[in-house]
Amino acid sequence: MARVTLAQALNQALRDSLAADPEVVVYGEDVGPLGGVFRVTDGLFAEFGEDRCFDSPLAESGIAGTAVGMAMYGRRPVVEMQFDAFAYPAFQQVVSHVAKMRNRTRGNVELPLVIRIPYGGGIGAVEHHGDSSEAYYAHTPGLRVVTPATVADGYSMLREAVESPDPVVFLEPKRRYWSSEDVELPVRTAPMDRAVVRREGGDLTVIAYGPTVDTALLAAEAAAEEGYDAEVVDLRSLSPFDDETVTASVRRTGRALVVHEAPGFAGYGGEVAARVTEQCFHYLEAPVLRVCGLDIPYPPPHLEEHHLPGVDRILDAIDRLQWESAWVPDTRPVQAPQARAGVGA
Amino acid sequence: MTTSDAPPVAAPFLPSLEPIRLIDEEGRRTADSARGGFDLPGPDTLLALLRAMVVGRRFDAQAGALAKQGRLAVYPSSRGQEACQVGGVLALAEQDWLFPTYRDCVSLVTRGVDPVEVLTLLRGDWHCGYDPKTHRCAPQCTPLATNASHAVGLTYAARRKGSDTAALVLMGDGATSEGDAHEAYNFAAVWNAPVVFLVQNNQWAISVPLHRQTAAPTLAHKAVGYGMRGYHVDGNDAAAVHAVVSRALAAARAGGGPALIEARTYRMEPHTNSDAPQRYRDDAEVEHWRRRDPLARLEALLRSEDRIDDARMAEFGARADRLAESVRERLARPPRRAADELFAHVYAEPTPQLRRQREAVRAARARADHVGNGGR
Ligand SMILES: Cc1ncc(C[n+]2csc(CCOP(=O)(O)OP(=O)(O)O)c2C)c(N)n1
Repeated sequence: MARVTLAQALNQALRDSLAADPEVVVYGEDVGPLGGVFRVTDGLFAEFGEDRCFDSPLAESGIAGTAVGMAMYGRRPVVEMQFDAFAYPAFQQVVSHVAKMRNRTRGNVELPLVIRIPYGGGIGAVEHHGDSSEAYYAHTPGLRVVTPATVADGYSMLREAVESPDPVVFLEPKRRYWSSEDVELPVRTAPMDRAVVRREGGDLTVIAYGPTVDTALLAAEAAAEEGYDAEVVDLRSLSPFDDETVTASVRRTGRALVVHEAPGFAGYGGEVAARVTEQCFHYLEAPVLRVCGLDIPYPPPHLEEHHLPGVDRILDAIDRLQWESAWVPDTRPVQAPQARAGVGA
Repeated sequence: MTTSDAPPVAAPFLPSLEPIRLIDEEGRRTADSARGGFDLPGPDTLLALLRAMVVGRRFDAQAGALAKQGRLAVYPSSRGQEACQVGGVLALAEQDWLFPTYRDCVSLVTRGVDPVEVLTLLRGDWHCGYDPKTHRCAPQCTPLATNASHAVGLTYAARRKGSDTAALVLMGDGATSEGDAHEAYNFAAVWNAPVVFLVQNNQWAISVPLHRQTAAPTLAHKAVGYGMRGYHVDGNDAAAVHAVVSRALAAARAGGGPALIEARTYRMEPHTNSDAPQRYRDDAEVEHWRRRDPLARLEALLRSEDRIDDARMAEFGARADRLAESVRERLARPPRRAADELFAHVYAEPTPQLRRQREAVRAARARADHVGNGGR
């Protein structure tokens, strides 16, 4: 067993993908000799040559668009967007072409490509370097959107993303790049479209993904000291959504909360809460709660702790899962709703 | 670490202010000075160009009529632009790729794609109708300029694999203002991708005239800034378009880099059948361009040089009529729409969510069939 960081595991996954399939090419901004600003492509240029790993001009729409063309010719491009907020110029390509090509050609042209995006906050960076943009992609049919939370998953899911016949938006939790685990590579974990239970518990289910899985696990340990036995589900795949694993857990525990860094309003957690409610209604003891980023642009480094869902906010939310209150009918007289102006007989 | 110290050389990339022209508006061969070093293609090529333009125009008129009858959801006519689409496509080799827009149905028909397949999207279906790999034609692209980088990626990949595949990208004058056009031009030049960008400058982007689109002397001048060759060509002269695209493709194939060609032409019809051009342009302008018709020009040259006669023209016309008739017949019935298939190609395999939604749609249809038409 060796100590491996997430960044190193991703790097090894790219190296092994390049070695396994001559059609794989890796490109983007500064991914060549420099090895990427987070060093995820470190050494690939030297090892595989500039035919397989190279710097492109600095233009994200062009990067995504050329990847479409390469995939049309049978290559398997793995492109890097330098940061979450700098992937936005590529949005049109991703939504209108990457996601739709298979459908627009009735299955005749498939685009087996991977768009890697370091995302999320927590690294003390300045503006435009901390966005959690997952909901934009997850909202787009035709894309697979996945995000690893562990080192082993980083390796395994990236290998699987490269092998996938579908385009994959691969979101890398950048503040976990330097987290390490004892792991023997190569490793294959659960299929990338399945959620995984990271901690078993009987009282409630904490649903997290990417950077918040570790936070959820820490919170679960702290909750245990307060007498709550929390189960932690790592979604891994944001699209498609693994209803089976999530539903089974919540039906068992009867309570659920969703944790993510992105602003809560119209965020991914809303979808999770709705699905859980639709599928587990009769098993629920309390409304599904969300612990999310604030509804503000990503804050400056010295204030990001308020924005990022931490252990305390998760514990507070657990407290609010209506442990004491049995359902009591409300017997106050019902007030007739006022007729709206201009409406009515 | 290396950086280049070679002095920059822009001169060879510069286009001429006067468009390259091989046949003048009266159908005569032009003088050397107008030809920009290009020669008139041989008679066989000229006849092929004329035949394809006659067929293309007839197809275009038929599609326009079908749109009026409501058999097509919409149709963007390319009447007046036949020289660009036919001249460009007939310059392609078998292994080359074509990247057309919504305006370029005639280019696809010229490439040999079944005309009914070409009209699939415009009929209101959810897919492009043809298998892009069969004729090496990308799906018609509507988000402006976004297919240009696809051509760059495809040909770059091909070149790296030792293939001599090149690509022709069709785009409008308005599309050259898009950031995606800029990115594609730049990627193509930096990567030395064998792509020819053919800008059909039809003077209008829906209602917006060219001078509101660019301050460049010509659109072809934009090439210089990317380090590629720019050509400015008369887009109503099929011979000139064919000659220039042919040379640009050959140079790109040989490693000489991409090229940007501006073909000056005119959109004779409204933007689509639902546009109202009287709100923004004068009939006089349309009339002015009607006198520069690309078909009449080539026909006049071929007649004056005894390369074509009435019988041959009638033959071209009959071929065009047969095609139009077949399109009309085959589009007489509404397409068979299988709602099931909406879920089939979103992913390689439908996801569990899509499988559930497919079942729900199936059940709804079964109920409707049971209750009768229109029931729920
Ligand atoms: C990115 C994008 N913006 C806007 C539109 C809407 N639109 C469709 S065609 C058109 C005009 C395009 O003009 P031009 O590129 O000159 O081509 P033409 O239609 O004249 O052939 C516009 C604005 C679009 N399709 N894509």
